[in-house]
Amino acid sequence: MRDLTLNTSAQMQKRHRKETRFKWYGRIAILLSLAFLVFMFAAILLRGMSAFQQTKIGLDISFNEQVIDPAGTRDPGDMARANYKPLISAGLAEVFPEVTERREKNQLYKLISNGGMFELGQMVVENPELIGTKQTIWLSASSEADLFMKGKIDAKVEEELRRFKDRDIAWFNTLKDQGKIKKKFNTTFFKSGDSREPEMAGILGAAFGSFFSLLVCFVISFPLGILTAVYLEEFAKKNRITDLIEVNINNLAAVPSIVFGLLGLSIFLNFFNLPRSTPLVGGIVLALMTLPTIIIASRSILRSVPQNIRDAALGLGASKTQTTFHHVVPLAMPGMLTGTILGMARALGETAPLLMIGMVAFIVDIPKGITDVATSLPVQIFLWADSPEKGFVERTSAAIIVLLVFLVLMNLFAVYLRRRMERRW
Amino acid sequence: MEKQIETAKPVKPAIMTAKNVDVFYGKNQAIDNVTLDIPENQITALIGPSGCGKSTFLRCFNRMNDTIDICKVSGDIRFAGQDIYDPKVDVVALRARIGMVFQKANPFPKSIYDNVAYGPRIHDLAESKDELTEIVIKSLKRAGLYDEVADRLDDSGTSLSGGQQQRLCIARAIAVDPQIILMDEPCSALDPIATAIIEELMESMKERYTIVIVTHSMAQAARVSQKTGFFHLGKLIEHGDTDKIFTNPDNELTQNYISGRIG
Repeated sequence: MRDLTLNTSAQMQKRHRKETRFKWYGRIAILLSLAFLVFMFAAILLRGMSAFQQTKIGLDISFNEQVIDPAGTRDPGDMARANYKPLISAGLAEVFPEVTERREKNQLYKLISNGGMFELGQMVVENPELIGTKQTIWLSASSEADLFMKGKIDAKVEEELRRFKDRDIAWFNTLKDQGKIKKKFNTTFFKSGDSREPEMAGILGAAFGSFFSLLVCFVISFPLGILTAVYLEEFAKKNRITDLIEVNINNLAAVPSIVFGLLGLSIFLNFFNLPRSTPLVGGIVLALMTLPTIIIASRSILRSVPQNIRDAALGLGASKTQTTFHHVVPLAMPGMLTGTILGMARALGETAPLLMIGMVAFIVDIPKGITDVATSLPVQIFLWADSPEKGFVERTSAAIIVLLVFLVLMNLFAVYLRRRMERRW
Repeated sequence: MEKQIETAKPVKPAIMTAKNVDVFYGKNQAIDNVTLDIPENQITALIGPSGCGKSTFLRCFNRMNDTIDICKVSGDIRFAGQDIYDPKVDVVALRARIGMVFQKANPFPKSIYDNVAYGPRIHDLAESKDELTEIVIKSLKRAGLYDEVADRLDDSGTSLSGGQQQRLCIARAIAVDPQIILMDEPCSALDPIATAIIEELMESMKERYTIVIVTHSMAQAARVSQKTGFFHLGKLIEHGDTDKIFTNPDNELTQNYISGRIG
């Protein structure tokens, strides 16, 4: 009698168990990696979000012409260079008339950021009518005051161990009780370059440095990479030389990026004497690093274009070049662009090679072109993370958030391009 | 001997001749000493079991084998008296005279119009836009596709059905106005109705074009062709009038194949 039952046998049960077990391994793996990701983002966001706000202190400043522009020329250069410190001191003295001793006055002045003078200077240059009037001006608080406002300085810690003393706290609370302290969106962070003072430091300089570097990187690596891939895949005969080139390209893709930095240092800086610390050299080095990635990605995309499209064009009498550029390359373009953008995203996050060519300097000015000295976002993060000032801790995380936002945007753009341009064949 | 000449149909001149053709893929010989004439304005069918080399032989006629690095062709293949493997011959010109339709319909992922217009464009066959449109419409009509797509020439060629796509490929080949059209199993992926439409189309096309068709369907060869060549293991076993091959073949292998004993 043959067995015709449809029930699970012991052997089948074993197979089912194996399947279930395997599914769970997969799920656990995904959960673990998701957990790491969430942990990372949460840590960065928690630390960095506070940097997007800056504590401001409101003072009644009388814009004394004798101090700002004694000659009365209204020359913007003179007005910006004037010493605004006495104006701020006067504003503070109005709130704290009891502080008269010189050392105490200096201590009190430290509640306001060193950049406060420049903020006032900027205001006067932009609006000279302020001279002679008295206004309530919101000046950036110093980093210590800012941290205290954000609850990052614990008043219970022994006074010796903190830079924000009990007296500072008392003054700060007085100001706060008078409504002269508030938190505002930190525009400085997005509008200025690096600074020694955390409250004056911004990422715009680094962002421009990264932008110019990537621009140079794209202009060099995209055409070179695409042309190399197209030639190797569509035109070159398969022989030992092309094999050798292929092996070497694959090897280059695995070379540690700092090696490319050394190459840039010895060739572009020392041999060709290109300007040090500039996005020009940074971009060239990043392009060298990105090229293998672009070539490998583009070649695999070209290989996936079906042969029958080439046959169709060749059969009609199209030349090899026409076949390639009328049909194969347009079909492969979305994939090649995706590969390029992913390569560029990697270049955006690259630090090591830029350290070697001097893009690690302390640069306050915002670069205006590819030959201006500059730094880049990841290097800025590295510099701030290395800084002893406590105020840079949150700014480091904030810069990481900005960098991550750029990376995510670039990847989304790659996905968009792929969806948009993808065609069926 | 004399009797045979009497019964033979009027002989058409050969537009394409192949003499002692050998094809090697590396060390493998795919075609072994094949000699065959292709008469003008007739349909010549190449039949034989899979892997017998009939497609390889077909691809020698427009030098499509050039695209395969390891493929070596020797022998003498002439089109209108010229050796097509002569270094002076321009492959682009050759392929403009000898069009090809492939086994799997391969329209470009472009509009129907652009598919047909591509050949005339690269060969500069039209002097104006109107002339180009005229060529496109004429070609689509000759391929029997125009009525079905007249109102959607801007649609993608890949949106058509399989049979329509294959006719689009035929229209695309016709648009360059070739002398010969090579067809490599054009109906193998189509249903019987689409196949019948294409077979009818071939019948009407032979007035203007010479057609060489590779097919694994003996019925199709018998229906559409005037001449048939039977290939087996890279050799041309027998060739001649289709009527004779299918009713009274000389060779035992041919007999076995057409009666279904090998295949």
